[in-house]
Amino acid sequence: MKHTLTPQRYLILLAVMLTASVGDTLLSHGMAQVGPVSLAHLGLLLAALRNLWVITGILCLLGFFASYLTALSWADLTFVLPSTAFGYVVVAFLAKYWQHETITVYRWVGILLIVCGVGFVANGPSLTLHEPQHPADGPAPVDQGATTGGTQ
Amino acid sequence: MIYASHIHAGPIETWSTILTVAATAVAGDVLTAGAMRRIGDLDRIRAKSGLGGAIRVVTSSPMFLLGVLSMAASFFSLLFTLSNVDLSLAAPASASLTFLGNAFAAKIFLKENVNRRRWMAALFVCAGVFLLSK
Repeated sequence: MKHTLTPQRYLILLAVMLTASVGDTLLSHGMAQVGPVSLAHLGLLLAALRNLWVITGILCLLGFFASYLTALSWADLTFVLPSTAFGYVVVAFLAKYWQHETITVYRWVGILLIVCGVGFVANGPSLTLHEPQHPADGPAPVDQGATTGGTQ
Repeated sequence: MIYASHIHAGPIETWSTILTVAATAVAGDVLTAGAMRRIGDLDRIRAKSGLGGAIRVVTSSPMFLLGVLSMAASFFSLLFTLSNVDLSLAAPASASLTFLGNAFAAKIFLKENVNRRRWMAALFVCAGVFLLSK
């Protein structure tokens, strides 16, 4: 049996990807406004908590953790991590068009490699189902990847 | 070997701190994933016991708490690393090593079926993350 995801679960993966990348970008934008924090001026970190961008960034990252845990409850770690790595690409585009950073050729190649990596897992099974310890429990549904143990 | 202009650490200290960041991050990811696998489908738990019930189930798992502790250790070791090693090396190197380490650890500890397709995904993402820092 191929273990496929429902549209709702694809939305959770999208939430993992977007909340992490948008959260990081919002934090970066906020901290740029707050200024450099050093060990001698740790009080600035408290000031950062009053910055609207930082607050929104933290809320986004809380959303990331909740959706990440939800995804891990029904999908393999080795499925969730590459699928949500597309967030790095989102960060690169946000950096280019919002923060006006320069994207070098190396970065474009990096983006291309990540897109390829995501493509490798996108159509594969999301969860490894293990056979039961006791035969009396009945036959276990085994996902396509676990059955073949190779590429599809 | 050129790392950056203002590095104070030697290669051994540099790579041992980066490895510490990656190892604690992998431990955090694997423990959290293992805890969530034991707990089961959160969507179903939330439908049955509500959001509060789901949060209670997750936060009462010792394995989950250990995972969060490892993630915190990874965060603080990254901060320590960044005080000695350039961000342009530390961040992508630790992120890439974490991707590869997760694939190995998920196969060994979580018994996940890491087939050729998933290995390729881990390697491509790992290389991609590294190039993003250039």
